[in-house]
Amino acid sequence: MTQKTRLILTTLAAGAIALSMPLGVNADPAHDAVLKLYGAPSSFSAARGKAFFLGTHKGGKPQTPSCTTCHTKNPRNSGRTRAGKVIKPMAVSKTPSRFTDPKKVKKWARRNCKTVLGRECTHTELGDVLTYLGSI
Amino acid sequence: MTRLTPFRIFTTAAGLGAILAASVTIADAARLSPVSDKITKTECSACHMVYPPGLLPKASWKKILNTLSDHFGEDASLDAKTTAHIRNYLMSHANTRLKTKASNPTLRITDFYWFNRQHGSRARAYAKSHKSIGTISNCAGCHRSAERGVFGDD
Repeated sequence: MTQKTRLILTTLAAGAIALSMPLGVNADPAHDAVLKLYGAPSSFSAARGKAFFLGTHKGGKPQTPSCTTCHTKNPRNSGRTRAGKVIKPMAVSKTPSRFTDPKKVKKWARRNCKTVLGRECTHTELGDVLTYLGSI
Repeated sequence: MTRLTPFRIFTTAAGLGAILAASVTIADAARLSPVSDKITKTECSACHMVYPPGLLPKASWKKILNTLSDHFGEDASLDAKTTAHIRNYLMSHANTRLKTKASNPTLRITDFYWFNRQHGSRARAYAKSHKSIGTISNCAGCHRSAERGVFGDD
């Protein structure tokens, strides 16, 4: 096999893999690594994640019943903390550094789930939300 | 629109001889040491402006660090190592002249007497009605260099 043929074959293979990936799964390996903390990416649902993100929850602090309290209903927009600080958009398409640092993701998931729901989120909930935010 | 000048109003009052130990403690300088520790700066500026440690006495910082899982209505908990690091920094940089009850310290900077002497109902209304400020606790909304410890710019 000539080098040129090999190059073409490799490119084709990479293209095939990219195309076979379900919509919404990020190409960034760092995103995938973080998503895999919560389970198999194929088991998550962007639709469920969207419903969770937009939903009103019980059990948490009364001032913050939803993710949208601070992040707004459109994750492509900047949010604002209750203390007035701007939060960069949660949508990976707008803030590519989102969900690439496992330590940061775990820290904020723990804090924000407790604030909004009064408990830690399940792996499925987190995987769904990350899938949703990676898809828009 | 004219800018609110509570600081100027206060300094006038102070000049007239108001005997307010706590107020003078802070306003005398109108300049506090900014946070010089990187971890403290990063962690304590994620949700709000980074407050110079001299804005609260030791007992207040101590309680804040012990109750991070319910930090003014939000879970702001950190791992034990980071919390200890920040505690260490704040204990050596806290305001030693501001008084509060050790058993039940005042936690909000905005609940201290000196603060309310300088920020009356007008200042609170102004902060609330301006989206870019949002809340009276966002010092930097008016004091542009608050995070660097400079408060005398209004």
